[in-house]
Amino acid sequence: MIYADNAATTRMSDAAIHTMTVLMKEAWGNPSSLYTHGQNAKEILEQARKDVAEVIGADPSEIIFTSGGSEADNQAIRSAAALGRTKGKMHIISTAFEHHAVLHTLEALAKEGFEITLLDVHANGIVLPEEVEAAIREDTCLVTIMAANNEIGTIQPIREIGAICRSKNILFHTDAVQAIAHIPVNVSEDHIDLLSASAHKFHGPKGVGFLYARKGVRLTNLIEGGAQERGKRAGTENIPGIASMAAALKETYAGMAENAARLTVLRDRLIHGLQQIPHSALNGDALRRLPGNVNFCFEGIEGESLLLLLDDKGICASSGSACTSGSLDPSHVLLAIGRVHDVAHGSLRLSLGEDATEEDVDYIIKSVGEVVGYLRGFSPIWRDLMSGKKEFIL
Amino acid sequence: MALYSEKVMDHFRNPRNVGVIEDANGIGEVGNAKCGDIMKMYLKIEDGIVQDVKFETFGCGSAIASSSMATELIKGQPLSEVKKLTNKAVAEALDGLPAYKMHCSVLAEEAIQLALEDYQKRAGEKID
Repeated sequence: MIYADNAATTRMSDAAIHTMTVLMKEAWGNPSSLYTHGQNAKEILEQARKDVAEVIGADPSEIIFTSGGSEADNQAIRSAAALGRTKGKMHIISTAFEHHAVLHTLEALAKEGFEITLLDVHANGIVLPEEVEAAIREDTCLVTIMAANNEIGTIQPIREIGAICRSKNILFHTDAVQAIAHIPVNVSEDHIDLLSASAHKFHGPKGVGFLYARKGVRLTNLIEGGAQERGKRAGTENIPGIASMAAALKETYAGMAENAARLTVLRDRLIHGLQQIPHSALNGDALRRLPGNVNFCFEGIEGESLLLLLDDKGICASSGSACTSGSLDPSHVLLAIGRVHDVAHGSLRLSLGEDATEEDVDYIIKSVGEVVGYLRGFSPIWRDLMSGKKEFIL
Repeated sequence: MALYSEKVMDHFRNPRNVGVIEDANGIGEVGNAKCGDIMKMYLKIEDGIVQDVKFETFGCGSAIASSSMATELIKGQPLSEVKKLTNKAVAEALDGLPAYKMHCSVLAEEAIQLALEDYQKRAGEKID
C-alpha cells in the first residue's frame, strides 16, 4: 500500500505508540490527585506542555491541550469573538478556503451578529497581506487565516499578516493543523496570538491537539467543569494521548528540515509527472506549498471513481469531488481558487509522508495516468471535449 | 465495512456494455457536469426489443455501477418491460446503494427512459 493521504491523517510513529502504551499502563493516575501516583501523571503532563511549547516558541503556560484541531479552532475564534464583543468590535477577517472548523464557527458567529469578511485567495491559493491590511476596520477583533491549506497545501504569509495585526492591535489566529512540524512556525517570530494544532497530522494520536494562546489573551471555555488546563478546558487530562502527541511532535519536528528538503524533490517529481497528463492542472501555487502536497484537477473525470480505482492499485489518496464530500458541491477550496464545478469534481489530492520514495512517486504517476485515461475512455464529457462539442477548460 | 456492496464494486470495476452504439436509434443523456454526474445511454431497438445497449458515464463509483447494471437489466428485453424499469430495481440488483447515492440509480432510470422517448420520437411509435 502506498499511503498518500497524510493531510487526512498520519501513521502514528513508533515513539508515539510506545509513549502512549507505556503511559496507559504506568501513568493512569489523575493529575489532579495529590498523592505521588497522581503527581507523577501531572509531571508527565507538564513535561509534554514544555515540549510542545518549545517547538512553536511559546511559554508552557500558553499551551492548552484539547481534543484536536477543531476544538482548538472553535475555542480560539470563540474567545477572540467574546473579547471583541465586550469592546463592541464585531468584525472578523478570514479567507474563503479555511477549514470547516473555522468557517462553520464563523458562520455561527455571523448568526450572533458578527460581520465576517472572507478574503479572496486568488488563483494560486495565497492570500495577500496587503488585502488583509485593507480589510481591517475600526471594529475588527480578529484575523483568522490558516498557516497552510489542508487541500491544496498552499502556505500563507502568516508572518506578514501577523505583523500587520500586531501593529494594529488586532488578534491573529492561525489554524496551523497542516503546518506544525512540516514547515517552520514560531508564534513569537510570526506574531501569532492564537494557534491551533492537531496531533494526528504529525504522527501522533487522534483525539488530541493543542491551542496556543498568547499570555494575556483571555480564553472562553467551550467545556465547563473542573480546573484543568488553567480552568480553560475542563475534563481529566488524556495523559497518554498528550504525552504521545508531544513525543510525536518532538520527533517529527527534529526531522522537519531534512524531510521537507527530500519531500520537496519528490513532490516536484510527482507534479512534473502528473502534468504530462493532458488537460490537467496543478491546484495552488507550485512553489509556496507544503513539501508533501500535490493537488490536481483532471478534466473529464470524476474524483470518487478515480480514488476507488487508485485504491484497487494500492494507492490511498483523496479528492474534492462532491461525491467524496457528501454534498452536491465540490470542495470549497477548489471553488475559492476559481476552479469551476466541472473540473473541481475531477480533483485528486496526494499528500506524501516522510517515508515516501521515488519508486512510490513513479508508481503513482503511472497509475494515475492509467486510471484517468481509462475513465476518460467512457466519459461523455471527454467525448464532447474531444469532438469539439465542448471547450476544454484545462 | 466497504463503502459499496460487492456487486456495486464488481459493476464499477468491470462495467458491462461500456461505449457507444454508432447507429443507435434511441439516445438519452441526463445530469450535468456541475453536479458531477452525466449518464448517456445508447439503445439499438429492433422488433420491439432492446437488441443492444451501451453507456458512457462521467461520475462516481455508484453512477458507473448503476449505469452498468441498468444496461444489463434491459438488454434483450421488450420495450414494455424496459418502460417499467425503476431506479429501485437498479439499486436492488446492485444489492443496495448508500442512501446518499440513490440519485445515481435515479439517473440511470432517467437516462434509459429518455433514450426510449428519443426512440419513440424518431420511430413515431408508441409503446404499450
